Amino acid sequence: MITYLYAVGRDLERVPDVGSGGIAGGALRLVDEAGLQAVVSDVDREAFEDLEAHREDLAWLAEVARAHHGVVEAVGREHAVAPLALATVYLDDDRVRAVLRESRAEFAAVLDRVDGRDEWGVKAYVRPAAARSAAAGRPSSGAAYLRARREALREGDAAIAAAEREADAVDAAVAALAVEARRHPPQDRSLTGRSEQMVLNGAYLVERSATDELRRLVEELARDGSVDLELTGPWVPYSFAGRAS
Amino acid sequence: MTVEHRETSLFGDREVALVDLLDRLLAGGVVLTGDLTISLAGVDLVRISLRALITSIAPAESGPIEAVRSERVVSERVGSDRLVKGRPDG
Repeated sequence: MITYLYAVGRDLERVPDVGSGGIAGGALRLVDEAGLQAVVSDVDREAFEDLEAHREDLAWLAEVARAHHGVVEAVGREHAVAPLALATVYLDDDRVRAVLRESRAEFAAVLDRVDGRDEWGVKAYVRPAAARSAAAGRPSSGAAYLRARREALREGDAAIAAAEREADAVDAAVAALAVEARRHPPQDRSLTGRSEQMVLNGAYLVERSATDELRRLVEELARDGSVDLELTGPWVPYSFAGRAS
Repeated sequence: MTVEHRETSLFGDREVALVDLLDRLLAGGVVLTGDLTISLAGVDLVRISLRALITSIAPAESGPIEAVRSERVVSERVGSDRLVKGRPDG
């Protein structure tokens, strides 16, 4: 067995309460070192040794992601938490202790950055054509139909370009309220299950005290704008714990 | 106007959309060098496969056929309690 590292905190007194345990139901425990606590569990070495074998095994990936998320979120409910990248494993707990000592400053910086803040997601979609041109009448002839169809295609391209510009404006407005902002690549239509194109997949680190303000802002942006918005959250601050941020 | 808000289960058992979770898990988190020098960070998902996975997990929520229906649901959510429900204290 090897040690899977889920998250690091600095004021954890006990193992987070996760009914289903960690990955593959493994029992969670704390490794305490250098004023930090790592939440870990034992995992099967073989399963994590050859990750190439799992790269396209999405059932496995989903299971690990859900378990990882369950633990990180349970910690984040009551504490500032630094989530680890998915599938960070060490040979034993002593190695985790060594890593906590070595990376103490990095963890402290992440915990300082996310303390008292939540991550929120704002996604924007092109508004469906049906909603844009509900007033269009029934074509009177074949030629009229083709003309209308060409017009609709042109309008579609223009609508996407306009939606992308508006997405930038939404992003800027939400980012102005946030402590930090980051844009993930828009999700493909095949993943969202929505026929409308996604034009914004933003992540925002927001002071917990500004939560209501954020909700109002997004509501306002949706009311006044011409793209459909989706707000997700609060998330533990995954998008703001990495090196890039 | 349409705003949809999905709680991400911090305080409930609502399922998080896997695609939203993987966005974050594969591009976020503290990146350290593990002992087996492996990490899933940056894995580029095989999207067709992921779609198959998502469909198998939540068949009722996937597919463009549902788009019209979900659009209606989304619209209905505007101004609802869910939109303004605050984070519980504590």
